[in-house]
Amino acid sequence: MTNIPESNLCCTPLHRQHLALGAKMVPFAGYELPVQYRTGIIGEHLHTRKSAGLFDVSHMGQILLWPNSGNPADAALELEKLVPADIAGLRDGRQRYGLFTDAGGGILDDFIVARRGNHFLLIVNASRKAQDFERLQDYVGQCCRLQMLEDRALIALQGPESGSVLEKLVPGAADLNFMESRDFMFQGSALWISRSGYTGEDGFEISVPADVSEGLFSDLLEQKAVQPAGLGSRDSLRLEAGLCLHGSDIDDSTSPVEAALEWAIPDVRRIGGRRAGGFPGDARVLSELADGAGRRRVGIRPEGKAPMRHGTVVHADQEGRRRIGLVTSGGYGPSVGGPVSMGYVEIEFAISGTLVFCEVRGRMLPAKVHSMPFIEHRYNRMRRPDREVH
Amino acid sequence: MKFTEDHEWVDLDGAVITVGITEFAVEQLGDIVFVELPEQGSEVEAGEDVAVVESVKAASDVFAPASGSITEVNEAIADNPSLVNEDPLGNGWFFKIKLDDPDVCNNFLDEEGYRALTQ
Repeated sequence: MTNIPESNLCCTPLHRQHLALGAKMVPFAGYELPVQYRTGIIGEHLHTRKSAGLFDVSHMGQILLWPNSGNPADAALELEKLVPADIAGLRDGRQRYGLFTDAGGGILDDFIVARRGNHFLLIVNASRKAQDFERLQDYVGQCCRLQMLEDRALIALQGPESGSVLEKLVPGAADLNFMESRDFMFQGSALWISRSGYTGEDGFEISVPADVSEGLFSDLLEQKAVQPAGLGSRDSLRLEAGLCLHGSDIDDSTSPVEAALEWAIPDVRRIGGRRAGGFPGDARVLSELADGAGRRRVGIRPEGKAPMRHGTVVHADQEGRRRIGLVTSGGYGPSVGGPVSMGYVEIEFAISGTLVFCEVRGRMLPAKVHSMPFIEHRYNRMRRPDREVH
Repeated sequence: MKFTEDHEWVDLDGAVITVGITEFAVEQLGDIVFVELPEQGSEVEAGEDVAVVESVKAASDVFAPASGSITEVNEAIADNPSLVNEDPLGNGWFFKIKLDDPDVCNNFLDEEGYRALTQ
């Protein structure tokens, strides 16, 4: 067996290790990635919630943004022309969740932006990184130098034991707070570590030079608490945590308010704020922030055992006469111990406990609108110096 | 025990077959989280999708390997779908069909033929 996939898929720097660990590899966003290892999706999911799971997320885009002036405030204000977030207020060593909106107020992508001294690091979705880079180039290319990093891997260590595990290899890392981001040395190379993730658990995301990523990955796997975890459990963990998957739960046909992502838009960018609006689609987004939207992303908890997956139609009545929405993500939630979904419903049905009926293989099965997350977030908020709350 | 190209196994006892999914199928599906079984007593046609098996990843149909009537279904796997992962060829069976034509079993693959299919 070689470590080159048969088709023209890309490999991450950790590809060889996935094969050695017995991973089942699948194509995803142009990459060949592990969907699961020998333990299986449920086992990897439960291990991550109980202990620590190790994910290779090197397929995601890592983009650096350097202001030509040397003043990060210039880059921040330029970026705010594309993003309804408070980038100018982002302090050094902190990061935030952001959205790229289009002229109609739809969501082009979601991402994390970290302030690193005089520049910024954006982590964007794999399937969108080329378009995001192009859009950034068009909008902020005049005042900023942009760099897509191809020589760094991205590793996520997630779960309640991730802090004590990482501290052993990278002293000081466990002192990071949720959404804090700093550099640490590991075997002579700089790791860019943030306390964040996509599972609802405490954890870290580590940007590491490709040539030392194998060493870091295997050193982490040697820790007793750590097991490798694939895309399958990454998806079930984020679903239980109520976190959106771009391309399924949010895209250019959904607005931030419809997607229940108001928390990502601070007061300073809303009506009455010092830098209100000024981003693509601001007219729609600002009016929806004030008046609400006609539909809303909610959790949906099937009453029976049958999973309700992406594309399942939601009705108000068992006869299926009144269609009120659509499931955008759904499957089995290992920590919930049953099926869980999220999707969009008309606003009058977006109340926890509302009974709805979802069409599964021609039958109308009962489900209830459910608050999210399905599993409480357990982030490491030792102190709250900032307002990145959701 | 015989096999179908749809990765099901068939065990003939008189005019009744017991049907399940193969170890290869289970390996491909991964963790099984939901099973929907046909109604006992229902008439089924060969090739008809009569049951559903869902893994964490996706839903797949289970087909009737031959025409006949469903005489028994394995409620244990509906209650505990992971039984199919644990023992696909034994306790993880799906349903039994009383065959309209018992000779139809000659059309199924033997173990060697099935193994060739999965390699």
